[in-house]
Amino acid sequence: MSDLRLSGISASHPRTPVLHDVDLAVPSGTTTAVLGPSGCGKTTLLRVVGGFMRPDAGEVRLGGDVVAGPGTWVPPERRGLGYVAQEGNLFPHLTVAANITYGLPRRERKDAARVGELLELVGLPGDHGSRRPDQLSGGQQQRVALARALARRPRVVLLDEPFSALDPELRVATRDAVASALAAERATVVLVTHDQAEALSFADQVAIMHEGRITQAGPPAEVYRAPSDRRSAVSLGEACFLAGRTGDGIVTCALGALPVPGTTGTREVELLIRPEQLHLGADGSGGCPARVVRTEFFGHDALVELRLETADGPVLRARTVGPATPAVGSRVAVTVEGRPHLIDR
Amino acid sequence: MLPLLVVAVTALQSGPAEAFALVWRPRVAELLRNTVSLVVLTGTLSAVLGVGAAWLVERTALPGAGLWRVAFVAPLAVPAFVNSFAWAALVPGFSGLGGAVLVTTLSYFPFVFLPVAALLRSTDPGLEEAARSLGLGPVRTFLRVGLAQLRPALLGGLLLVALHLLAEFGALEMLRFPTFTTAILDQYEVAFDSRSGSVLALVLMGLAVTVLTLEMLARGRTRHARVGAGSARRPTRARLGALTVPALLATGGLAVLAVGVPAWSIGTWLTRTGEAYEPVVLGPAVRSTLGLALVAALVTTVATFPAAWLLARRRSRFAVLVERVTYLASSLPGVVVALALIALAIGYARPLYQTAPVLVLAYAVLFVPRAMVTTRAAIAAVPPELGDAARALGDGPLRAFARVQLPLMLRGTMAGFALVFIAVSTELTATLLLAPTGTQTLATAFWSASSSLDYAAAAPYAAALVVLSAPLTWLLLRSGREEPAT
Repeated sequence: MSDLRLSGISASHPRTPVLHDVDLAVPSGTTTAVLGPSGCGKTTLLRVVGGFMRPDAGEVRLGGDVVAGPGTWVPPERRGLGYVAQEGNLFPHLTVAANITYGLPRRERKDAARVGELLELVGLPGDHGSRRPDQLSGGQQQRVALARALARRPRVVLLDEPFSALDPELRVATRDAVASALAAERATVVLVTHDQAEALSFADQVAIMHEGRITQAGPPAEVYRAPSDRRSAVSLGEACFLAGRTGDGIVTCALGALPVPGTTGTREVELLIRPEQLHLGADGSGGCPARVVRTEFFGHDALVELRLETADGPVLRARTVGPATPAVGSRVAVTVEGRPHLIDR
Repeated sequence: MLPLLVVAVTALQSGPAEAFALVWRPRVAELLRNTVSLVVLTGTLSAVLGVGAAWLVERTALPGAGLWRVAFVAPLAVPAFVNSFAWAALVPGFSGLGGAVLVTTLSYFPFVFLPVAALLRSTDPGLEEAARSLGLGPVRTFLRVGLAQLRPALLGGLLLVALHLLAEFGALEMLRFPTFTTAILDQYEVAFDSRSGSVLALVLMGLAVTVLTLEMLARGRTRHARVGAGSARRPTRARLGALTVPALLATGGLAVLAVGVPAWSIGTWLTRTGEAYEPVVLGPAVRSTLGLALVAALVTTVATFPAAWLLARRRSRFAVLVERVTYLASSLPGVVVALALIALAIGYARPLYQTAPVLVLAYAVLFVPRAMVTTRAAIAAVPPELGDAARALGDGPLRAFARVQLPLMLRGTMAGFALVFIAVSTELTATLLLAPTGTQTLATAFWSASSSLDYAAAAPYAAALVVLSAPLTWLLLRSGREEPAT
């Protein structure tokens, strides 16, 4: 397994630019998730890496070798990549075993032990080798597609929304099976997805993509806690923003003066507060008084919409664990847990 | 496109004045009257029979729907000239406009039946139910909603009927009912007069283009697809009640006329083969027919593939132009294509005149669209992403094509191959004109036997032709069944 490095990649469809100056480094043996809404260019990025599309500018390096760049072009079949698409794209005229061994040299294709190993790796019973793709469920097809890609021991595995066509329950099970298979192979992986939970839980590094640019990349917890801008913050999950002004170790905002160690000087900022950071206490228990405007119940937890009873009364959203959800109209006291993140204005 | 030009040039070689004189003759007026009345009468009857039969089979609780479906597609397995032989051999003195209309209707109404039945089977009854709920009775519902929905299928079927009628030679010649096509062949065979033949061909071509234009105008730009979401339901079948027996008599009668008569007639004459004046030698005719059909089908399929690929994958203006031109060429009657190729061969490639390659070329020009439709569908059904998947697994573009795309496209392409094969093996008109001297196909051998009224000798060839075309019925039934799924 080797690392993947993109530098200054721009690409376009006929007359429409899609990627602008994209840089991304995926260290060997790690997983990077590219997260973005549909149409942001993430599939195009994967196709450029895969060799199905030529970039207009920039360079793609695989383990130090330039595979696409000025004057260099390595066709997809010689890049040694594994590629799993949204629909799996199993060959319908071949059995599962023939699909898995498709990319192997001819003499290795009859190796039943290898097929069994690969099926086991992706968590499928060994007797599935003789089946036809149309006899498998969607999740099983995706696992076979992964086994097919891994059979050649690719340098980098590219996953293009491989779970989005599956229903929610199957999605989690398939994702777990795929994740453990990839971990067992110590694969270098790029996953493209529009599902933030998938990106955060699956990857060692999350890269946020917006309108053909990567706006931020880093470890999931880091990117979630400290996004570089409002858009990144929202794309990773529910967020509240409050206007504030920094002071000496504090930030003053509608929720009062909150301690933020290390701040100095006075500047206008925006505070990012995640709903789970807001704690709702009984009325009069200390904290900002607020009234519950609306609740959204999800079963395991709930979102509570609050209006602060201060002068301009901004609306906040708090996450509560199911049974503790206050009734609409009731008064609560709001306190902030943990350090709020500051975004410069 | 070439045939069009060649025929026009030959016709006008004599100068516009003379060409005008050749067109403006009482003989041409008679041919025009005959051709037009045949097209109008047979077209109307085919529409009535085709739609009626399709409705009874697909939308009513008529017993034995599956059986009737086969019976109403089966006439396509009997070439029209064989059908006309069967009637003429059974009913002495059978000829003229009445006979021509009867035989051609029975041969060609399946062209209307097939698409209309496929549409009736797949359309959502929701629209008709909506009309009923808005206060229309069943008959007015059918006229105002049902018929409007059927229009594209009905028009497509009628277009096929009309083009076949314009091109029909054997059936009409046998019934001594002269049209442009038969006149052109007579002209050519009797007088070797390519000029007046070409002039007639030009008029015939004009008729074909008129038919195509009329169909296009009638089709219009109206939207016939379902508007709105929601899954389509299976149509409900009307109960016939007391009308069951009359309906069964009607479908039974049609089946007897369309399938029973030719089968019985050929069968009886088959038992009297011993009385033939000429000895029947099926062997060489079968061999040359199969050989020609095999080569022509192969050439046509291979020639069609690149254009079909372009149409399915990169629908450019050029690709669409290529498609239109091939359709136009094939809507030209076989005589016109044959005459054009004769003119070309005599003018520019004398040694090729009356050789197998020219004949194969004529077949290819005539039957490319049959291969086109199925090949294109087969290519479009294979997602291009599969090629990408194969590339990612280490195959170069050519290997990926050979290992993944080609095997997946093979079935549809084979169906196109089969359609061309069947069409070639029963082709009469172009074969009569272009076949190398001494080469007899089943169709031409049948033709020479039946035109010398040696019915007993013709029967075995007729039977062989029917056997060869029989798979067509199966292919058409299968594609008709698959249609609603797409």
